[in-house]
Amino acid sequence: MQLYTRRRLTHWLVMVLSVVATAFGLLWLVLVLSTLVINGVGAIGPSLFTQMTPPPGSSGGLLNAIAGSLAMTAIATLVGTPTGILAGTYLAEYARGNWFGEVVRFVNDILLSAPSIIIGLFVYEVMVIRMGHFSAWAGAMALAIIVIPVVVRTTEDMLRLVPGALREAAAALGAPKWKVIVMIAYRAAIQGMLTGVLLAVARISGETAPLLFTVLNNQFWSTNLNAPMANLPVVIFQFAMSPYADWQSLAWGGALLITAAILLLNITARMLAAWSSFKP
Amino acid sequence: MNSPLARPLASEMGPPGSPTPSTLSPAHRAAATTVRSLRPEPSAGGDPAPVAAPAVKVDIRNVNFFYGQAQALRDISLALYDRRVTAFIGPSGCGKSTLLRILNRIYELYPGQVATGEVLVDGENILAPGLDLNRLRAKIGMVFQKPTPFPMSIYDNITFGIRLYEKLPKAELDDRVESALRRAALWGEVKDKLRQSGLGLSGGQQQRLCIARAIAIEPEILLLDEPASALDPISTQRIEELIAELKTDYCIALVTHNMQQAARSSDYTAFLYLGELIEFDETERIFTHPKVRRTEDYITGRFG
Repeated sequence: MQLYTRRRLTHWLVMVLSVVATAFGLLWLVLVLSTLVINGVGAIGPSLFTQMTPPPGSSGGLLNAIAGSLAMTAIATLVGTPTGILAGTYLAEYARGNWFGEVVRFVNDILLSAPSIIIGLFVYEVMVIRMGHFSAWAGAMALAIIVIPVVVRTTEDMLRLVPGALREAAAALGAPKWKVIVMIAYRAAIQGMLTGVLLAVARISGETAPLLFTVLNNQFWSTNLNAPMANLPVVIFQFAMSPYADWQSLAWGGALLITAAILLLNITARMLAAWSSFKP
Repeated sequence: MNSPLARPLASEMGPPGSPTPSTLSPAHRAAATTVRSLRPEPSAGGDPAPVAAPAVKVDIRNVNFFYGQAQALRDISLALYDRRVTAFIGPSGCGKSTLLRILNRIYELYPGQVATGEVLVDGENILAPGLDLNRLRAKIGMVFQKPTPFPMSIYDNITFGIRLYEKLPKAELDDRVESALRRAALWGEVKDKLRQSGLGLSGGQQQRLCIARAIAIEPEILLLDEPASALDPISTQRIEELIAELKTDYCIALVTHNMQQAARSSDYTAFLYLGELIEFDETERIFTHPKVRRTEDYITGRFG
């Protein structure tokens, strides 16, 4: 009976500690989000989406920054997703247990956790310096380099979750390997893979450091991908550091916008993961 | 245990009936045994009616199998007959599934697994290098222990294999789907929901879907790897009825843990133990007069 009492006490102690730890983590999240909403909600309005970033002292919005961020995120996703899926497929389907696969996986994991400022510096070195100027292309490439390891990792993980029995069953019907992968393994893993892509998009939509070194910023509307382009993270960075109240307010608005977008992406990813594409 | 030099090959044996020399291994004895229908119709005189000897479809000769360094099968030789069910029984790890997986070389999906020896299917050695594995597998259907419906509609599950090698007009494809599902005794239950996911079926239905998928490509040999072990008794019974029906057209190899199932469903039984073929004979003999003590111990439940 004494043993039982001791176990009950341990149970309660661990339980209380777990709850406290959870509450501690949630507290900061709530504080950050509420601060963001309180300060940012005032800046949200039609003008935020219709006007360009203003000079200090005049009214304006974030249209050019929003458009720039969307453009670069889209390019980065278009470049990074196919590369990542192909590499992840290689790792999961062709390189199991071979040393080259191990090396690629290891390097990919390093890239996954590489500080994004390093990636910015790298692209600065290989693109910006050689081209002689900052450009949206360079920014998109820096973001793509961040997308790739995320997609590689999730693609590989999701493909590895596909039961071997399913592959065997398809192979036993005489399906060549590429058909087994494309028609069976991808189909079984598609939700997880899409979730990975969405999470990668969420990740890059808030990245600032790599953009500082590659695309810089642009106060005006620009559709030239070969020139500096406005983007939300760098605008937030500059405006938040400025002494002007109207710029600071725009920065809060931009921050709220990005956070909301990332939240939306995450919710979509969750729903995708839960959604069974073959419900009766 | 087998002496490869001294033995006549199963496929070369004439019509059985000649006296069996006692020096031959069980496999040869089985091949040389007079083959009778296992559940004979009583004839006028009450004697079992003799049935023409079945043709050898798969001739397994001196096969060894290795998982890396570990040898899982030792010098296995036996023959599978056309339009007959051959059961592989034995305790876990005896190599019965491994033997089955050699017959369509599905083991080659994994590195480090090697089979040596010969497996003749209609006289062609399928272990020979350079063989087109996909073509081979299209000729040999396989059903696994756990149902493996593909994540697609019931209809697409069936047509997946057909479309790999045949380009058929829609109407013909529909016919093939229907006849495969009918033969697998599933048509009545799914005919109104062919477009729904195969994942939505019950376990027993999923397994019959997998059997339908396997026979839709019109294979010549069916490999069943404990097809009913994950199913309830009713579904098991349906699968066994199905096996009885399918054997009129196919050469069937059945791996099973369930000795009653082997006794009920098969014409021949191979008993494996620790990677060796201990005894191979007509099922009736194995279960009534096993020649080897270990076989008797196993089927009577003394070990295993």
